[in-house]
Amino acid sequence: MTTATVAKPKAQQPGKGSRRVSLPVLLLVIAGVLVLTSIVRLISGAEGITSTGQMSTALRLAVPIGLAGLGGLWSERSGVVNIGLEGMMILGTWFGAWAGYQWGPWTGVVFGIIGGALGAVLHAIATVTFNVNHIVSGVAINILALGATRYLSKFTFENQPQGSSKQSPPIDSLGTFDIPGLSSWLDTLNQKHWFLVSDVAGLIGGLFTDLSPLTVIAVALVPVTWWVLWRTAFGLRLRSCGENPVAAESLGVNVYKYKYIAVIISGGFAGLGGAFLSIVASNVYLDGQTAGRGYIGLAAMIFGNWMPGGLALGAGLFGYTDSLNLRGGTTNVHALILLLAILLVFGAAYLAWRKRYLPALITAVVSALMFVWYVSTNEVPKQLVSATPYIVTLLVLSLSAQSLRMPKADGLPYRKGQGK
Amino acid sequence: MKKFDKERALLAVAGPVLALVAAIVLTSIVLIASGKNPFEPYRLMLEQVGFSDIQVLIINQASLYYIAALAVALGFRMNLFNIGVDGQYRLAAMMTAVVGAHVALPSFLQVPMLLLVGLLTGAFWAGIAGVLKVTRGVSEVVSTIMLNAIATSVIGYLTLTDNFGVLVGDNITTGVMKESGWVPGINLGADVGEIYGLVFLAVLLGIGYWLVLNRTRFGFDLRATGASETAAAASGVDAKKMVFTAMLISGGVAGLSGLPLLLGDSHTYALTFPAGLGFTAIGIALLGRNNPGGIALAALLWAFLDKASPALDYATPVAYEKEIATIMQGLIVFAVVISYEAVRQWGLRRQQKRVGAELAAAAAGNNNHKKEVAA
Amino acid sequence: MHALVGENGAGKSTLMKILYGMQKPDEGTITVAGEQVAFHSPADAIARGIGMVHQHFMLADNLTVLENVVLGSEKLYGIGAAARKKIKEISDRYGLNVRPDVLIEDLGVADRQRVEILKVLFRGATTLILDEPTAVLVPQEVDALFDNLRELKAEGLSVIFISHKLGEVLSVADEITVIRRGTTVGTAVPAETTPRQLAELMVGSELPTPETAESTVTDKPVVEVKGLTVYASGGASLGELAEPAGTGLLTEEVSEADGVRRVLDDITFTIHAGEVMGVAGVEGNGQSELIEALIGLKNADSGTIAFLGEEITSWATRKRREKGIGYIPEDRHRQGLLLEAPLWENRILGHVTERPNAKGFWIDPKGAQDDTRRIVKDYDVRTPGIDVTAASLSGGNQQKLIVGREMSHAPKFLIAAHPTRGVDVGAQAAIWDHIRAARREGLAVLLISADLDELIGLSDTLRVIYNGRLVADADPATITPEELGSAMTGAASGHLEHVDEAAAPEDEAR
Repeated sequence: MTTATVAKPKAQQPGKGSRRVSLPVLLLVIAGVLVLTSIVRLISGAEGITSTGQMSTALRLAVPIGLAGLGGLWSERSGVVNIGLEGMMILGTWFGAWAGYQWGPWTGVVFGIIGGALGAVLHAIATVTFNVNHIVSGVAINILALGATRYLSKFTFENQPQGSSKQSPPIDSLGTFDIPGLSSWLDTLNQKHWFLVSDVAGLIGGLFTDLSPLTVIAVALVPVTWWVLWRTAFGLRLRSCGENPVAAESLGVNVYKYKYIAVIISGGFAGLGGAFLSIVASNVYLDGQTAGRGYIGLAAMIFGNWMPGGLALGAGLFGYTDSLNLRGGTTNVHALILLLAILLVFGAAYLAWRKRYLPALITAVVSALMFVWYVSTNEVPKQLVSATPYIVTLLVLSLSAQSLRMPKADGLPYRKGQGK
Repeated sequence: MKKFDKERALLAVAGPVLALVAAIVLTSIVLIASGKNPFEPYRLMLEQVGFSDIQVLIINQASLYYIAALAVALGFRMNLFNIGVDGQYRLAAMMTAVVGAHVALPSFLQVPMLLLVGLLTGAFWAGIAGVLKVTRGVSEVVSTIMLNAIATSVIGYLTLTDNFGVLVGDNITTGVMKESGWVPGINLGADVGEIYGLVFLAVLLGIGYWLVLNRTRFGFDLRATGASETAAAASGVDAKKMVFTAMLISGGVAGLSGLPLLLGDSHTYALTFPAGLGFTAIGIALLGRNNPGGIALAALLWAFLDKASPALDYATPVAYEKEIATIMQGLIVFAVVISYEAVRQWGLRRQQKRVGAELAAAAAGNNNHKKEVAA
Repeated sequence: MHALVGENGAGKSTLMKILYGMQKPDEGTITVAGEQVAFHSPADAIARGIGMVHQHFMLADNLTVLENVVLGSEKLYGIGAAARKKIKEISDRYGLNVRPDVLIEDLGVADRQRVEILKVLFRGATTLILDEPTAVLVPQEVDALFDNLRELKAEGLSVIFISHKLGEVLSVADEITVIRRGTTVGTAVPAETTPRQLAELMVGSELPTPETAESTVTDKPVVEVKGLTVYASGGASLGELAEPAGTGLLTEEVSEADGVRRVLDDITFTIHAGEVMGVAGVEGNGQSELIEALIGLKNADSGTIAFLGEEITSWATRKRREKGIGYIPEDRHRQGLLLEAPLWENRILGHVTERPNAKGFWIDPKGAQDDTRRIVKDYDVRTPGIDVTAASLSGGNQQKLIVGREMSHAPKFLIAAHPTRGVDVGAQAAIWDHIRAARREGLAVLLISADLDELIGLSDTLRVIYNGRLVADADPATITPEELGSAMTGAASGHLEHVDEAAAPEDEAR
């Protein structure tokens, strides 16, 4: 019989230092980006990039991504990689629509959550009980969810008025609301197109205009997640399963139970995101509605270093790029090229200051090319706009993936008693 | 040693058999829940196999699936998840179609050139994900999926009539390819159909896959890296180079997977070119346990489900939804991943016990043998 | 304070696991405070006041001390201020010096052990079980630990500790139980027992001694290392082999300027043919980095390595192995074997470009299989065949296979990292024999081990590594583990002289 792995614990030298970006620096960066965006808007005349309408759409598109990301966070914090978020989201869209058009939108929301959770139960069984490779199981769930919803659509939606095998009948809306007074004041401010003030007004106005109650709930779930995971005993135990499940087991924590709970909650979040897509972002279920947002949510989670705050920021960024696709895409993206070019100039300067000359040179060259591109065209092809969210995802991941730290036991198989 | 071999054969078969049985049972439950006869659809589909035109369709479709699944399986052996096969093969097919429509070399040069174009395009697209993983540590799962979506946009852009697109009726295509690039197939008659010539390419690739992985040094290194990255690194494998090379090869093979259809039948790339091949390929690779024989069987099974199920819509007296085949495919994939893992772990434990028992029996005859008690 | 002694594999850890509820006994009873009990899980044992301090720490690196301590017992004091207060209270009472809000990964080994002890005390343990607590400590830290334990004893707590270090056991225990091959063979009272008697109880036969007969060291240098330096690096990325920090845009960058911690600092040494150079040191003082630099897994930041006169500092791992550097890795499961591959494929691992494994770029399975059978025979690897997976072999047999594999390519330089860790006594003796035999043929060996007896017995020259520097050297013929220990903690340096009244002038050319 084999002995367990024999390496003794390595003595870590103390004082590795923080790898996270500190809060003041982050705020400074955000402020800087806002200023730059404002400048770019004035130069390019693309008013759309910071209008309240754009921001409002951005928020609306950020929600499903953020919810998927939160789902990923819950799951990965317990040590289970969840690639199946996309499939669980699809289930959420379908179940949300199916219950929604029959019994009202709020019931739809509940069923959407349940639908996602059902998919998660399968994922949990495969990964926690049977120790299937997490990614393989996630991909299997995606395939299964796609097949299942197509089949079910044929049975249900196809025979309904205004329905077809690829689309559900329309669902009533949950309603939207504004903050009276504030919203209209911010909008007026935004229309004035003043430097920086209007942009900030647009940003804040977008957050308070045309809000769906589900949006508010989704946004509230971010601090709630933080509080539950970092400030309660339940959260501590869940996180310990993702950091060192053997240690948790030795202290009497039922690791299987917490992993199951975490994965099911994760599916619930993804399902909620799906329900949002079919009930709020549109009012029908559409085949292919999720369009990869489950994966973008994962990217947001990675970008946010597996913390809810960073995740929200990432989701916001991706939601914004997604919204460009919907509203005046070609001119807005064109303006953003200028923004990117300016950011790259700063980037090159920063790299040079850090004495990393080759990367600085490459960045400078890319920046110059972008300037040329901006000047020589008036707008970008529609296809580029539709690809923008995905390109941005790739870029963001490339720049940040290495300095991040995921839960230590994430993705690793766990079997009770394996510490022996 | 004999008993180990028999047991291993049994174990190898147990996984897929269990999965298929489970999938069939679950699908039957779905059928019952939908108020339909649980046995009839299977009978109808199996009936279809007898028709030679369906057989040709199945073989042709299977060849596409096979090549794509090989690409995925190669990644899996390395513990790399090339989910981007979808984008890679579509982009490769489009590029090949464009080149084939504008360049006309004599046949014996044209066809290899077109194959090369497909291979290189696929490799390039996968290579982007490989570079990102190796230099920046970006997970290839997310990056290949993003690249799939970007590939759609790229194709959309390049097929604009301003660029390479040619409008045929309502469809955007890339124009008809030059005839020297058309690959003839095996014509079995007008009623039956034609088997793609490049089916043989699929067979060759399968043999190549097995040879490279099991009989070359590179293949050994690749499998070692997939089994234990740390052990492979300690043994001398350059992990980064290996990851990058594996992604390139996987992408290259993926790029070839659309070509049997392209060069043998459609001779143009239209936006109606089959999509979703990449995800299906993942399921097939999983079912086939990443080995070329298993994948062949899995590909045939999948193609069978695909091609035999349309008949369900027209069955009399009761019609069945042909999507039942889609559910069945999804259930198979899911059942497969669970059953393989369960069987594998059971097999390992059994082997450990047996070896322990054998050694103990040998030691019983030896007085001085010190046995190691689990400490 | 009750000590449980026995050699490797005698069953000590299993017994403790049963006592702690992590494993169920097949027969027999446990009685606590006069009452018979049966434990179904660690929670039961904890409820009875039994606390276990594991040999391999059960701590989550990314969580704080507070979080690790309260985990699983949040009901006792919550997870906030009250818990923090309690931790400080326990820490002060027993002199543990533990700060609640530090991340575990920022703590050293001895500190982590104290956190483990605190975990147990936090839950109100009245009986502590310590499993090989001194395995990762140096003699001076061991003294500090025993002081802590005496403190606990004074407050009325009981301590059971498991050890195979007889000297320590005799100095601190009140009563000793000896286990051999899963049964109790005797109880002893330290005041009335000599180390020799204890050792005989423990092993039952002559202790194998790794001592060597005559010097085989030549003056032909095989490995020359000059000025090897490695700087501390940052964190690892998503599952990738660790990357140097500073490649993300928003992170702190480690500059090559002064002020950055050096994990290896200006290492210089030469190993000759027929010489075993042993390096003693507490884990984490640069041994792993030294090994990685020598085998090519992670290159040094400055300095040179020469092998048989050629400079190999920038060579890839494969090239070094092909040239004749063998490697017995520290963690055989992670670096030495493919656990689910058959033995003959494991024989190929590490030497895939060499005969008999390969011909050109093709693998020769038959050649590899034949040779594997030979290795199994020559190195006494107990296995029913060469097609079983490596995972089915015991640790000792796995290690014998690895040693056989490396030796089969006639290396000129062997890096042996903890070569007999976790290996039963018989296999240990066999491995020592093989190393000695190869040394007679002119092999140069770098031996890194935590087993001071192994180091002293097998080495021709002995060095001590501390904080990345080679701080001391010693004569293996006369040095004792305690003297080595003081250099390992930095309390001594330079040439270590053995302090003994009848010290004869030693042959320093050894």
